[in-house]
Amino acid sequence: MNVRSTLPQAEVGNPPPRPSPARGEGALNPGEGIPPGSIDADLIARRSRAALRRRLIVYALRVAFAVLWIGSWELSSRLNWVDPFFVGQPSGVVSRLWTWITEGTALGPLWLQAAVTMEEAVLGFVIGSALGVVLGILLGRIQLLAEGLSPFIKAANAIPRVVLGSLFAIMFGLSVWGKAATAVVLVFFVVFFNAFQGVREVDRNLIANARILGANNRRLTTEIIIPSALSWILASLHISFGLAIVGAVVGELFGATAGLGQLIYNAGHTFDVNGVFAGMFVLAVLALIAEGLISALENRLIKWRPSRVSGEIPI
Amino acid sequence: MASPSIELRGVTKRFATPKGGIYTALRDLTMEVAPGEFCAVVGPTGCGKSTTLALISGLELASAGEVRVEGRPVKGIADGIGYVFQSDAVFPWKTVVENVAAGPRYQGIGGRAARERARDWIARVGLAGFEDRYPHQLSGGMRKRVALAQSLINNPRILLMDEPFSALDVQTRSLMEDELLTLWASTSASVVFVTHDLEEAIALADRVFVLTAGPGTVKGNFVVDLPRPRNVAEIRFQPRFTQLYEAIWSQLRDEVLVSYERQKHAAAG
Repeated sequence: MNVRSTLPQAEVGNPPPRPSPARGEGALNPGEGIPPGSIDADLIARRSRAALRRRLIVYALRVAFAVLWIGSWELSSRLNWVDPFFVGQPSGVVSRLWTWITEGTALGPLWLQAAVTMEEAVLGFVIGSALGVVLGILLGRIQLLAEGLSPFIKAANAIPRVVLGSLFAIMFGLSVWGKAATAVVLVFFVVFFNAFQGVREVDRNLIANARILGANNRRLTTEIIIPSALSWILASLHISFGLAIVGAVVGELFGATAGLGQLIYNAGHTFDVNGVFAGMFVLAVLALIAEGLISALENRLIKWRPSRVSGEIPI
Repeated sequence: MASPSIELRGVTKRFATPKGGIYTALRDLTMEVAPGEFCAVVGPTGCGKSTTLALISGLELASAGEVRVEGRPVKGIADGIGYVFQSDAVFPWKTVVENVAAGPRYQGIGGRAARERARDWIARVGLAGFEDRYPHQLSGGMRKRVALAQSLINNPRILLMDEPFSALDVQTRSLMEDELLTLWASTSASVVFVTHDLEEAIALADRVFVLTAGPGTVKGNFVVDLPRPRNVAEIRFQPRFTQLYEAIWSQLRDEVLVSYERQKHAAAG
């Protein structure tokens, strides 16, 4: 579910890590250039060559994995080692996708199905995370409220929430809201718990410092608590968009006239395994695009954070 | 002597421990700080030095006894107090100028005027050119300068400092100590400077309080009659400095030993 960007750090546009400015007080010149031909310049050139080579190797590895995986699948179904009727066939998936794109699906044009599912997911994501953030911060700040509500929240969280989809199908009928509501209940808890924890983990020293400097309760919340909890909240958004898509798709299974979930459901019922895989592929592409947008938002909102340590593998 | 700027009379501070017990951090502590005086508080680890500052600032309230600041009993966080924390307490999501401007903005001064004043203070602590950096882009010493400017911009009449330089390397530390004395000389603030380093205490302060091993109470109180302005790095070579050091250390040593024995027992038990 947690589909974070698999791009190496260098491509996301982060500046290379700055050398630690710990040496001399004030000896640090912001715009200091390094003379070409010096040992430093040589070192930097060598390092960037090494980084380039590494990136090429990583790409080659990825291509190799894809070829190995898809190739063995295609080959084993062609040679009838496995029955393509049950496990599908990559070439069949591609041709199914091509038919959907050029001629449309049984439910109408493909883009419309994607748009319907994304509308449900985005609605659920926005409403669910807004509720989660607000309630998480509120309960994180007001101890008494948190203690009073905690058994109910724990109980609600223990319910396998996808089954609520059937309830929402009855309440909202075939409209978009039934699916969005399923997405909301999935998204809400993840964001809520992260926001709550984020508020609880705020450095006591920062709060004491702000209070000494004269911050009132409102300032304390907006200028200290929320920025501090933001890294927690944003981390949860990565996971929760995936969950919003799950909610939308599951909601569609309980009754819908359009959407990728419905499309996959129909394909499954007509024993069209390639159709199921094609639908999954479209969902994966959409989820990855959304993930990229959330990462961009994150980089904008917390630009104050030190750039990640090189060598860390973002998955 | 004029009426004291800070007054603690028979102050006791107890905390409830997570296990349900009671921990007494300070017991029957009495001390006075005159207006404009620079006081240092030394004592072994865990003797309640930081608690003393928390009580003066109003972050914590005394369990018994009386804490008065400028003649008024402390009931909560009062105006006119600056506090420099031991660990980094500058706001990591704010740039240097936003960090320094925070105080005036919280006091109700408009953003532009606050930033204007902040730039002035940033220059005074020697960080001109770094206004738009984030704290993680600065060295430890530079972050301490930001913290100093952040506190001093509010024109505190009382400046509380909790081992502010303990995390810095020795050279940076003595630079910062000199800087602090220069900045302090241009204000009329009373300072309470907590440290475990006796040399630092003598080099900076007009008066040194020695606390006993916890629960802390004042064991001794020494006037440092070294002339000002001082150069922190060089004042250590004066004979008078050595005399004072010996006198204070003879009191402090026993407390340090007591505290060390307790830690050993705690670790063994």
